Amino acid sequence: MVVNLVFGEIMTSVSVNGKVQGGTKWLDLRVNGVAVQCADGSRVLDAVKDAGFEVPTLCYDERVGPQGTCRMCLVEVEVNGRTEQVASCTAFAEDEMSVGTHTEEIRDYRKTLLELLLSEMASPNTNPYTNKVGPTEFDHAVEEYDARWDAFPRLKVREKAAHDENPFIQRDYDYCIACYRCTNICNEWEQASAITVDGRGQDSSIFTFFGNELMDSPCTFCGQCINTCPTGALSDRKVVSQDISAADVDRTQTICPYCGVGCGIELLTHDGEIIGAEPDFTAPSRGSLCVKGQFASWEFVRSEDRLRHPLIKQAGGTFRKASWDEALSLVSGKFKDAIETEGPDSLVCWASARVVTEANYLMQKFARVALGTNNIDNCSRT
Amino acid sequence: MSNSIEELAETDFLLVAGSNTTEAHPVISLRMKRAVKNGAKLVVVDPRKIELTNWATRHVQIKVGTDIPFFNAVANVIINEELQDSWFIQHRTEGFEAFARHVQMYTPEYSAEICGITPEEIVDTAREFAAAAPHAAICYTLGITEHSCGSHNVQSLGNLGLLCGTLGVPNAGVNPLRGQNNVQGAGDAGCIPTDLPGYQKVERPGIRAIFEEAWGEPLPRRRGITKITAMEQMIKGRVKAVYVMGENTVVSDPHANHAEHALRSVDFLVVQDIFLTETAQLADVVLPAAAFAESDGTFANSERRVQRVRPAVPPPGEARPDVDILLEMFARMGKPQEMKTAKDVFEEMRSVTPIYGGLSYERLDREGGIQWPCGDEDDPGTVYLHGDEFSTGFPGFFAPVDHIPPAEEPDQEYPWLLTTGRRRSTYHTGTQTGKATGFENLVPHEMLELNPMDAAEMGLVDGDLVDVSSRRGKVTVSARLTEKSPRGLVFMSFAFPEITRTNDVTSDAYDFITETPEFKACAVKISKSEYQDEEVRVAQRRIRLAGEVKQPTELMPVNGHRNGSR
Repeated sequence: MVVNLVFGEIMTSVSVNGKVQGGTKWLDLRVNGVAVQCADGSRVLDAVKDAGFEVPTLCYDERVGPQGTCRMCLVEVEVNGRTEQVASCTAFAEDEMSVGTHTEEIRDYRKTLLELLLSEMASPNTNPYTNKVGPTEFDHAVEEYDARWDAFPRLKVREKAAHDENPFIQRDYDYCIACYRCTNICNEWEQASAITVDGRGQDSSIFTFFGNELMDSPCTFCGQCINTCPTGALSDRKVVSQDISAADVDRTQTICPYCGVGCGIELLTHDGEIIGAEPDFTAPSRGSLCVKGQFASWEFVRSEDRLRHPLIKQAGGTFRKASWDEALSLVSGKFKDAIETEGPDSLVCWASARVVTEANYLMQKFARVALGTNNIDNCSRT
Repeated sequence: MSNSIEELAETDFLLVAGSNTTEAHPVISLRMKRAVKNGAKLVVVDPRKIELTNWATRHVQIKVGTDIPFFNAVANVIINEELQDSWFIQHRTEGFEAFARHVQMYTPEYSAEICGITPEEIVDTAREFAAAAPHAAICYTLGITEHSCGSHNVQSLGNLGLLCGTLGVPNAGVNPLRGQNNVQGAGDAGCIPTDLPGYQKVERPGIRAIFEEAWGEPLPRRRGITKITAMEQMIKGRVKAVYVMGENTVVSDPHANHAEHALRSVDFLVVQDIFLTETAQLADVVLPAAAFAESDGTFANSERRVQRVRPAVPPPGEARPDVDILLEMFARMGKPQEMKTAKDVFEEMRSVTPIYGGLSYERLDREGGIQWPCGDEDDPGTVYLHGDEFSTGFPGFFAPVDHIPPAEEPDQEYPWLLTTGRRRSTYHTGTQTGKATGFENLVPHEMLELNPMDAAEMGLVDGDLVDVSSRRGKVTVSARLTEKSPRGLVFMSFAFPEITRTNDVTSDAYDFITETPEFKACAVKISKSEYQDEEVRVAQRRIRLAGEVKQPTELMPVNGHRNGSR
């Protein structure tokens, strides 16, 4: 298990997740001249991050660990008199190691790698995710290293997935760079085994078993493949099929409204309307979501069936629209009548396991203080 | 949960009982699968061959409602083979001797007979659990609690934790996985007839005095009534007015006809919700509320982690956040509050709720979610409970509990046992997942899952419409043949109430301590429906796509009797 480090110019205390750990051997490194201390067994990438630097990591998802295939995280290390270039996600940190993350040679190397990847991708101008939601991890790297799409002769572009009617996951493999993050998250983390790699080299592609559509595979539509994809080759069909532009997309960190796990989500909004959800990777749920959080956490909010006005039931059993003032006057009047004629215990309040704690707090206080009864319950029994 | 979600990935042994984790808590199941990958043993105790059994070292397929004999027998083996944690028992528990005597009758052979399993399954589970302890985690959910002996089921699991000292240590614990996003928070906030915020007992004068001082109002002394009792009182005419916030009781409660009858019996019903749910349709006044994505506040999750909920969009039309509506209601009742925002409410709540004492919006925004108890601003929160002493302040009491069969068991007239639960892509009463496009492809409508051999005996094929009736009601539903169901046991969810109101059928029995309904067991009979029209299935699909709420009678004459029973 890789640990978090406390690092930087002040190194008076060393802690792991806020608690000092005994028995750990600590290594001293310098990253671009910044001193950093990390536990034995850490990777060079951990030291780089903890020193406050970033390198592109196109094939790396911390949840499944390093695979060292994209080579974008290459850094120059100097230790014990030897100098070499290593993939920082796989190489172990060593004591007295000096790390250079952005030497001219390394920068050139990353740019060339990106341009080679671009030469086998469809035009960045038509990337659905980039256009509709915003820059991908890959886009950020391309921008940082000023990589050009036409630097190399065009290579064979991967083919989009064959006709696949599922309503959730769009597979534009012409943006696939064969980083295998999607297959790793599906097989190693979710253990769903819905997708795998087929073929080798330039002919390799992401494949569902027997070439089936996802609906006929073990896919549970948790959407984790979409969320780990660094290029937008996989995207949320519900989001990218909307008429939206990335320039106007905002994000709000909140919590999934379904079960008691409480996964962090980010709601995507556009012109005051919710257009989709993505996992909040900074939350304790570490980016995990299930089919409900990914694909069902927001449409009900914008449903046409939402209640928009207070309603009062008329004689005959039908509802009519009412103003807040009228509705609340009626409610408070009836409550007061019931208290006067039958006593406070003739009233009952039921709170909700679905609404915020603050509203629940007010509901029980309302029952106890405004009505004068402890007849307050919630649906934890049902 | 006594421990935390992430800890489940690090444990050496997982005992999962009455939890269809991959479907009801998919993200927690990932941690379980990871534990298995890291070498942990996983024992799944469940009557159905649920998906999680694919990862299990052992699937103990007990009969519905035989949890207590199984866990008592596990304790029996641990004690007789002297595998228990004597230090823990001596220093942290009480009642061991009586418990040890009590479980003597639950020999592996005796319990295996009741549970419909082999004695070896009990012995092996006991040895493995004890060998892994204290790093052995027990997880359970409504398969344990939704029984008429639910609280005793929980105690029988707790006994195992006390016996092997798996409480108060990391990667262990006795962990209920909570079903709804903020069921924990509703309890924390004091929405319990016996408890003020922070689980402080309303009937203790000292506690009441603290709140009376803080709120500046006298408080009612006597405990309130639970939902189940309230519904009985409604029918008896003793409840005059009911205020329901965000609950679709008519559909979610057992023996739904009873719930509906109860709510129809009160003089005045107010429902505050985001949709005109089946329950809201019965109301005299409906108040339109903001959804989670339009609300400011917090949710508390299963591992006691309080996390910020933030508004992304404004509510539609004139709908308002629940907090605003309630504050206005206080004013209308002549008890105006100084609080104006959700943050003000949270500040007041933490001032009277010691377990929330160190939490603030500033901290939650800065540090992310924090697990209670969190006493003060310097308290990092609590990853696992019961560290040096039990949070109750008392030692852990062993509970000698006995087997209590479900209140209703199959008989000649109603020969099948129906159990209910969730499916991954539908949720609860379907008010939310029912409106997500594409989901109709995953689970298009309600299905009665039954064993193919049972189906063959009745001459049923996959997709046949069947009538499922109990002593309380009848629904029509399509049959789904699956090996998941053992013979004699059938399964339904309750996510498609507009067509299949499953809880018309479920039992009206409930746990005599917590009043949790027995959703997990009722006797039913099954017959092929005379109404096999393809139109019904097409209609089911169309309705769901349109998101309309229609009376089932308009579509399914076969269900027409229901109106008559109201």
